[in-house]
Amino acid sequence: MSNRLINWFKFASPQSFYPLAGRMIPWFWALAAVFGIAGLWISFFVAPTDAVQGEGYRIIFIHVPSSWMSMFIYLVMAAWAALGLALNTRLSGMMAQALAPTGALMAFISLWTGAFWGKPMWGTWWVWDARLTSELILFFLYIGFIALQAAIDDPRRADKAGAILALVGVVNVPIIYFSVKWWNTLHQGASVSIAKSPSMAQTMLWGMLIMALAFWMYSIAVALMRVRAIILERETHTEWVKELSEVKQ
Amino acid sequence: MSAILAIVRRDLLLAMRRKSEVLTALFFFIIVVSLFPLGIGPEPLLLKKIAPGILWVAALLSTMLSLNRLFATDHADGTLEQLVLSPTPLGLLVAGKIAAHWLTSGLPLVLLAPVLGIQFDLDTSALGILVLALLLGTPLLSLIGAIGAALTLGVRGGGVLLSLLVLPLYIPALIFGAGAVEAHISGLGATGHLSLLAALLALAAFFAPWATTAALRVALE
Repeated sequence: MSNRLINWFKFASPQSFYPLAGRMIPWFWALAAVFGIAGLWISFFVAPTDAVQGEGYRIIFIHVPSSWMSMFIYLVMAAWAALGLALNTRLSGMMAQALAPTGALMAFISLWTGAFWGKPMWGTWWVWDARLTSELILFFLYIGFIALQAAIDDPRRADKAGAILALVGVVNVPIIYFSVKWWNTLHQGASVSIAKSPSMAQTMLWGMLIMALAFWMYSIAVALMRVRAIILERETHTEWVKELSEVKQ
Repeated sequence: MSAILAIVRRDLLLAMRRKSEVLTALFFFIIVVSLFPLGIGPEPLLLKKIAPGILWVAALLSTMLSLNRLFATDHADGTLEQLVLSPTPLGLLVAGKIAAHWLTSGLPLVLLAPVLGIQFDLDTSALGILVLALLLGTPLLSLIGAIGAALTLGVRGGGVLLSLLVLPLYIPALIFGAGAVEAHISGLGATGHLSLLAALLALAAFFAPWATTAALRVALE
């Protein structure tokens, strides 16, 4: 063990992860703020007005990063779940539980901004497009995960049951995506398509990427805060929690 | 193999002794299907168009209803723990239970569907495709549903939670199942949809008993 640079398993215990998370949170908040301000500045003042869609297209700078994050967080959640099942570490389940609400929020923001974008561009709040529909189903999967964890009182069982559900879900996500996609093409549904929009200007792409980083940092910061709360809640009975200065007061 | 057959026989026998549970789910299926024309209106062309979708959604809901009792009664009287302790791999026993569930809840739907399809003015070949799609699709519903039933075993508000977990996972089956009949009616041919449905069934038949077993072990530990 000593010849490794960092002993990763040390931080698998809630006791040593709790202070580490506490030290990391301000950094991620700071990064989220920096990227957020830079991204918003680019997206509102630097990026040119779109030739086809006018000013309304600027919603893309919120919409696309939140969609990316909603999908990515589900993968991360499933990875933590798999880790928890394989290695039986307590922290993994807590991380999965902490990520789920943020993922659901991202999916919701993505749907909501999508509706706001769709109204001026396509003239309708909602079309049964493959991407919209699969994002909606992803949102349902998040809600199912949260509901299952909330319904089980024993936290260890909740973790494991949630982990199995997350893994079943992650296997199903590509199947659902392609089935919805083929369903949509066979139905000859909406004639509008998100994919056919003209290639983006360089600054737009940069704005979007920086906003994605800001969302990323925000998600990490919030997940760490939530996991700290979960650790405190579950480890109330331990000595080290009783010794913490913030608990003593 | 004999263990699977024993489980199937036992579950079928139990279902026959308590016919009302099986029949309730069946009548639920019939009633839900009959409600749609009342809600939408008696327009024959419209009803014919939406018939596959209605029958499939009703099949999903009716399967949902019977999923609860897949493991719940065995859990309550301790049989499930004996199954876990038995020398036969739990995955096989679970597969037997899923097969029995399909025989009591899926197969009757398959047999009833053409009768209900006639009410919606589907022609004979479309009815054939509908039966074929349900024949491939209802085992898939039992397999995926078993995972949800095992996860929500003994959990507060298990019934509603079960539908929240399982219905999103049913979407591919719904799309390809109802799509097969629609593709046939519109002249595109249903082969593609049916092949995909069969592929999903093969995939689920392999993975679902395994995931269900893992979930049962979590529930019982």
